[in-house]
Amino acid sequence: MDILIFLAPASVFLALLGLAAFRWTLANGQYDDPAGDAERILAKDPEDAPLTGD
Amino acid sequence: MALTSEFTPRQDFSAFLRPNPGGGERLDLLVRGARCAGCISKIEGQIGALAGVGSARMNLTTGKLSVGFADGGGDPALVIETLDRLGYPATPFDPSKSAAAHDAEGRRLAMALGVAAFGAGNAMMFSVPIWAGLFGQELGPAMRTMMQWMSAAVGAPCAVYAGMPFFTSAWRSLKAGRANMDVPISIGVLLTLAISFVETVLGGADTYFDAAVSLLFLLLIGRWLDHRLRARARSAAGDILALQAPAAAVVSPDGQEHRRPIGDIVPGDLLLVRPGDRIPVDGRIEAGQSSLDNALLTGETAPVLARVGDRCRAGALNLTGTLRLLATATSEDSAIADIARLVEAGAQSRSRYVQLADKAAALYVPVVHSAAAMTFAGGMILGMGPREALLRAVAVLIITCPCALGLAVPAVQVSASARLFRRGVLVKSGAALERLAEIDHVILDKTGVLTEGRPCLVDPVPAAVAMAAPLARASAHPLARALAREAGPTILADQVIETPGQGVEGFIRGRRARLGRAAFVGVTGAGPSETELWLAIEGEPKIRYVFQDQLRADAGATVRALLARGLSVEILSGDGFDPVRRVAEALGVTAWRAGLTPAEKAQIVARRTAEGRRVLMIGDGLNDTAALANAHAAMAPGTALDASQNAADLVFSGEGLAAVVTAIDTARTARRRALQNFGFAAAYNLIAAPAAMAGLVNPFVAALAMSGSSLAVTLNALRMGGGGGRRWTS
Repeated sequence: MDILIFLAPASVFLALLGLAAFRWTLANGQYDDPAGDAERILAKDPEDAPLTGD
Repeated sequence: MALTSEFTPRQDFSAFLRPNPGGGERLDLLVRGARCAGCISKIEGQIGALAGVGSARMNLTTGKLSVGFADGGGDPALVIETLDRLGYPATPFDPSKSAAAHDAEGRRLAMALGVAAFGAGNAMMFSVPIWAGLFGQELGPAMRTMMQWMSAAVGAPCAVYAGMPFFTSAWRSLKAGRANMDVPISIGVLLTLAISFVETVLGGADTYFDAAVSLLFLLLIGRWLDHRLRARARSAAGDILALQAPAAAVVSPDGQEHRRPIGDIVPGDLLLVRPGDRIPVDGRIEAGQSSLDNALLTGETAPVLARVGDRCRAGALNLTGTLRLLATATSEDSAIADIARLVEAGAQSRSRYVQLADKAAALYVPVVHSAAAMTFAGGMILGMGPREALLRAVAVLIITCPCALGLAVPAVQVSASARLFRRGVLVKSGAALERLAEIDHVILDKTGVLTEGRPCLVDPVPAAVAMAAPLARASAHPLARALAREAGPTILADQVIETPGQGVEGFIRGRRARLGRAAFVGVTGAGPSETELWLAIEGEPKIRYVFQDQLRADAGATVRALLARGLSVEILSGDGFDPVRRVAEALGVTAWRAGLTPAEKAQIVARRTAEGRRVLMIGDGLNDTAALANAHAAMAPGTALDASQNAADLVFSGEGLAAVVTAIDTARTARRRALQNFGFAAAYNLIAAPAAMAGLVNPFVAALAMSGSSLAVTLNALRMGGGGGRRWTS
C-alpha cells in the first residue's frame, strides 16, 4: 500500500493540470462565442492553407 | 446632370471610437443578420481588408463586431458602409452600456464551478476507501487518517474557493438584516468543514469534506444556469439600450454632417432627420415637410403632417421627407424622458416582487436552523456529549441543505425559457416567468398588438390597385407602401416627384398621374384625411382608396384562448374612439377605453392592481411603456419600440399573438414543476432530517441522499424542455 503515497498525490497533480487548463481556456475567452466557434471550424482558415507557391 | 438628386455627405462617427489598450482605436458595432460561417469570413475578410483597419473580430453569439484601427488611420463610416453593402446593417454602440461584453461574474462562477468539480471528484477519490471502511472492509485507522487528510487537503481549499459566491451573498444579506438561501448553505458548509477537521485531528470516522464540495458543486450548477439565463436576457436588453441611444446627424455651421450620440445634443443644434429615422430630441422644423408617425408615442394610427415651424416630439418616426430640425431640448428633457421616468417608477415597484425560492427560503431557513440547534441541545440533554451532539446537528444541516431549492428552481426556469425561446419568445428573467404564471387579467394595447400596426387597403379592387401601383411603388409613405404590397410586382412610373406630406406625381405609360391627398389631386369637398389616398390619371375619373389598420389573423383566437383560461381581457388604446370600438366589437371584448394618454394607461394598470388583480400588460408603443413597467407582468412584440421591449419581461417575435398564450401556459407549467420540486424537497427532508437527528446518517448516506434528491428535482425540471419548433428570430 506504500505505493499510495506516490499515486495519490500524482492523481491530484494530474487533476490540477486539468483545472489549470480549464482556467486557461476561461481566461483565453474560449467560452465567449460558442455559436461563432461552431461555425468558424467550417470556414477556410487562410493560416492553415497549404502554400500555393506563387 | 447629377447622378443623384441629393448629395449625401460622408458621415462622421468618430464620437464612437474608443482607445484600444494595445494602441490605436476600436469601434464596436452591433451587426444584424450574421448567422453562419460564410457571414463571419465575409465580414472579417472585407472589413479587415479596408485601409487602416488592423483587426476585425465578429462574435456570432452576441452579434458584435469589434474593429481595431491602426494609429491615426481608418474611417468608421467606411466600415459601416461596407457592412451595409454586404447586407448586414450595423449600429455603433458604447460597449460600456453592454453588460455582456465583460461578463466577469460569469467567469468567476464558471471558475468556481470548475474548482468545485475538481474538488468533488478528487475528495471523493479519498472518501470511497473511507466509506468502504465504514462497512467493515479492512482499513486500518492509520490509513483512514491518511485518506482523511488527503481528502481535507483537496476538499477544504476547494470548498472555500467554490463557496465564495455563497459566502459573500450570505454576508451581504446578513448585513442587511435578512437571511437568504445562502445563509444556511454557508453555515452548513463552514460548519461541516470545521467539524470534519476536528474529526480528522481526533481520529474519528465522520468527515464530510467530499459532501461539502459536492454540495457546492450541485448548487453552483444551479447558480450558473440562473446566471446564464439572466446574462442572455441582460445582453438582449443591453443591445436594446445601445440601439436606443444611437447617433443623430448634426449639421455644423460649415454644412458638414456629423454623427453624435443623442445624449450630447444641446438645444440650438441643427439636426438632419431623414425619412425612416426617428426624431432624436424635441425640436422645431427649420426646413422641409414630411409626415410624422406618432403611433409609438400616442397610439394614433394616422400620420400627422409636419411643416416648417411645427414642433415635433422625440420618438416620432419621420415618414416621407428630409427635415432640418432645430433642437429645443436635450435628450433628457424631451417628451420621451417623461415616459422614461414613469417606466423607472414602475420598474422599482416590480423589483419588490419576492421570488418563489426566496419565499421558500424565508420559511425554510428558520426551520432548518432550529432543527439543527434542537438536535444539538437534545443530544446534550440526552447525555451524548458535545462531539456526538454536534456531529448529529451537522448531519441535519447537510441533509437539509437546500439543494432542491438552489438547483431545481433555476433548472425549471432555464428549461422553460429555452422552450419558449425555441417558440419565439424571449424571457428576460426567471422572476418574469413566475409573475406571468400568476396573472389573472390581461390588458392589450390595440395598435401593433391586436392589429398589425400598419395600414391595409379596405376592400381592394384589383383593377384600381393595379392602376395606382406604378406611382405607389415610388413612395415610402406607409399608405403608398400598403397599396404597392397589395398590387405585387409592377412597372414603376417615370419622372416621379414626391411632394412630402402631399403625394407623388409621375407618368404612367405616358400619361400624367398624381397619387396623394384629396387636395393634391384636385378633389374638392373632401376633408384632409390621413387614412385615404386619391389617384388621378389624365382622362380618367378620380379613384379613392381607404386604408385601415387590420387585425392580426390570430387576434380573435388568442382572445378566446385567454378567456378560456379564466383570464379577463381589456383593451386600452391611445387611438381614436371609432377604430378601438371596431376592434373591440370584432373580438368580442366588452371592456375597452380609447384616447388614453400614457399616464392614464399606467393609472388604469395601477387601479386594477389596487383592486387585487394581477395584470399582464401587452403593448408595443412608447405610450405603453409606463403601463408595461407598472404591470405585474409585461410582454411586447418584437416589432415594438426598443423602450417598450426594455420595459417588458418577455418579448415575442413573429406575426402571431399566439405566443402570448404559449408563454402563459409554459409559465404555469413551470410554476407547477417548481412547486412539485418544493414538495419533493419537503417530503425528502421530512424523512431524512429525523433520520439525521436520530444519528442514522453517516457521511456516505448523507452524500448519497443529497445527490439523489438533487438529481430527482433536476430531472423533473428537465421534463419542461420538450417540444421543438421555430427558433427565435429577430
